[in-house]
Amino acid sequence: MTSTLLAPRTLRAILPAVSLALLLAAIFWLQPRTMSYTGLNLMLNLAIPIALATIAQMFVLCVNELDLSIGAYVGYVACVTATWLVESPPLGIAALMAGILVYAGLGALIHLRNLPSIVVTLGMSFVWLGVAVLILPRPGGTSPEWIRWLMKLHTPVVPFPIIAATVIAIVVHVALMRTAYGSILRGAGGNPRAIERAGWSLLKIKVVMFALAGVFGMLAGMALIGLTTSGDANIAARYTLLSIAGAILGGCEFVGGRVSPAGAVIGAITLTLAGSFLSFLRISPDWQIGATGAILILVLALRALINRAEERQ
Amino acid sequence: MSALSRPLARLLEKPWLWAFVGAALVWLATIPFTPGRGAGDVLTAAFTFATFFVIVGIGQMFVITLGPGNVDLSIPATITLAGSVATKLMDGQDALIALGFVAAMGCGLAVGVFNYALIRALRIPPIIATLSSSFIIQSTAIAYGRGLRIKPPPALAEFTTARVLGMPVLAICVIVLAALMSVVLHRTIYGRSVIAIGQNQRAARLAGIAVDRTRLATYVMSALFASLCGYLLSAFSGGASLNMGEEYLLASIAVVVIGGTSVAGGFANLPGLWGAALFLFLIVTMLNTYGLGAGIRYVLTGLIIIAVITAAGGRKPLR
Repeated sequence: MTSTLLAPRTLRAILPAVSLALLLAAIFWLQPRTMSYTGLNLMLNLAIPIALATIAQMFVLCVNELDLSIGAYVGYVACVTATWLVESPPLGIAALMAGILVYAGLGALIHLRNLPSIVVTLGMSFVWLGVAVLILPRPGGTSPEWIRWLMKLHTPVVPFPIIAATVIAIVVHVALMRTAYGSILRGAGGNPRAIERAGWSLLKIKVVMFALAGVFGMLAGMALIGLTTSGDANIAARYTLLSIAGAILGGCEFVGGRVSPAGAVIGAITLTLAGSFLSFLRISPDWQIGATGAILILVLALRALINRAEERQ
Repeated sequence: MSALSRPLARLLEKPWLWAFVGAALVWLATIPFTPGRGAGDVLTAAFTFATFFVIVGIGQMFVITLGPGNVDLSIPATITLAGSVATKLMDGQDALIALGFVAAMGCGLAVGVFNYALIRALRIPPIIATLSSSFIIQSTAIAYGRGLRIKPPPALAEFTTARVLGMPVLAICVIVLAALMSVVLHRTIYGRSVIAIGQNQRAARLAGIAVDRTRLATYVMSALFASLCGYLLSAFSGGASLNMGEEYLLASIAVVVIGGTSVAGGFANLPGLWGAALFLFLIVTMLNTYGLGAGIRYVLTGLIIIAVITAAGGRKPLR
C-alpha cells in the first residue's frame, strides 16, 4: 500500500495538488477570513480566465510547440467581446470565429513548413495586439450582459470559480485523456512518427490542437471581460507567461505529449493564489513575477528529484 | 558556366544574402517618402538601432545553434537588470564607467551560470529554464530599479551616440565584434563544438567534445551579450527603464532566424544577423514613414516576420 502511494508516478501526479493544498493552508493560516464563500470567490475569480488560457497553452504544448501569442490573443478576444459582441453580436461572433480559424491555420503553417512555433507565435502576438488596438484604441467598452451574469453567478454553498474550474478540468480531462481520439492527439506529441505510420494525419492533429487552443483562448478572453467589464488591448499581456508557467506547474512536460488538464487548472489556480499569498505576507508586488519563477523552479526541482528516484528503482 | 558567374552563383547560395536584399528593398521603398531627411539619415538610424539587435542576436545565435529546444528567453530581463545595475552604480559619473561595465558583465555571468545550472540540475528544457529564471531576473530588476531616474555618465552616452562620417561608432565596433565572433564560430574549437553539438549532441559527446562545458559557455556568453546590450542601451537612451528589454525577445530570435541561421541548430552564420537587424529596423521605419497608426504597424510587423520565416525557414532538420 505505502509502496504504491510513494511510487514516483503517483508522487508526480499529486505534486501539483499538494503544492496547491500547501499554499491554500498557508493563506488560511495567514488570513483566516479568506476561508469563506466570499473570500474564496474573491481570491479565485481571476483564476478562471487564467485556467482557460493555461488549457489553451497545454494543447499547444501537447504537440511539442509553444504559443507565445496567447496573451495577445486573449487581449484581442477581450477587445472584440467588449465592443463588437455587445454592439453587433453577428460581427462579434464572426470575429471570434476568425480568431479560431487563424489558430487552426497557424497549426497547419507550422506543420507544413516545419517552422519554429516560437517565432511564428511571437510574430502573431504583434498581429493580435495590432488588431486589438485597431478595434479598441483606448481602454473601454462594456461586457455583454450574459457573460457578466455568468461570471458573477452566486452558486449555493460552493463558490462559482471552484465549480467552473472543476467543470473545465473534468471536460478537458475526459476529452483528451479518456477518449480514443484524445490519445491519438497526445500520441502525436509523444511519437509523431508512430502516429503517422498508423495512418493518422499529423497535419490534421496539429490543426485540431491549435484550433482547440484558439477556442480555449477565446473562452479565456470572454471570461476575463465578464470579470473586468471593460476591455483593453494589453489586458492579458501577462497571460502568455502565466499560461506556460501554469501548464508546467500542473505537470505538463515540455516534450513528449505528456500533459495533464487537471494539473494545468490546478497550476493556474496555484499561480493566482501565489499573488494573494504574497500580498498577505505584505511583500511588494515587485516580487510577484519573481515568486512565480521561484515556485516554478521549486516544483521543477521536486519533480527532478522524483524522476531521479524513479531511475534508481 | 563561365568563370565570372561561378562566384556569383556561390554568392547567391549564401543564406544571409536574402536578409540584406530585403533590407535594401525596404530602404529603397522608404527613401522616396522621407520628407526633409535624406536616405543617408535613414541608414544611419538603421545602423544605430540594428547595433543593439545584433549584440543580443550574436548570443542568441550561438544558443540556437546548440540544437532544437535551445533558446534563451531570459535576454530581455537580463538587459533590464544589467542596464539598471550599471546605471545605478555609475551614478552619472564618468570615473565609474569601467565599474559599471564590470557590474553589468557580473550580472551576465551570474545569469548565464544560473540558467545553465537550472538546465543541468533540473534536467529541464532550456526554454523552461530560461523562462523561469527570467521571472526572477525581471523581479530583481524591478525591485532594484524602482524609481530609477539616473542619467548615464556623459562620456559613455557620448560614445554610444558618436558618429564618424554618418556611421555610428558603436555600429563599427559591433561590426568588428561580429567579425571576431564569426572567427570564433568557424575557426576555434569552441565554435566548432557548438556546431557539432547542434548537429548531433550524442555524436558530439561520443567524439569527445566537452558538451557540458561548451553549453555552459554558450549560455554564459548569451547572458553576457544581453548584459552588454543593456549597458550600452541604457547609456544610449539616457538611462535604464523597466521595460527597456521588452522588444528584444522577438528581436533576438527574429534576427537569428531571418539571418539564415537554422532553427534546428548546427548551422549558424553571422553576416545574416546584420542584414536581418537592418531589415527589422527599416521595416518599422518604413511603416512609420507611411504614416500608419500603431495598430496597423503592429499587424504588419507581425505579418512580415511570419512571411519571412515562412519563406526563409522551413528547412528540414538535418536528421
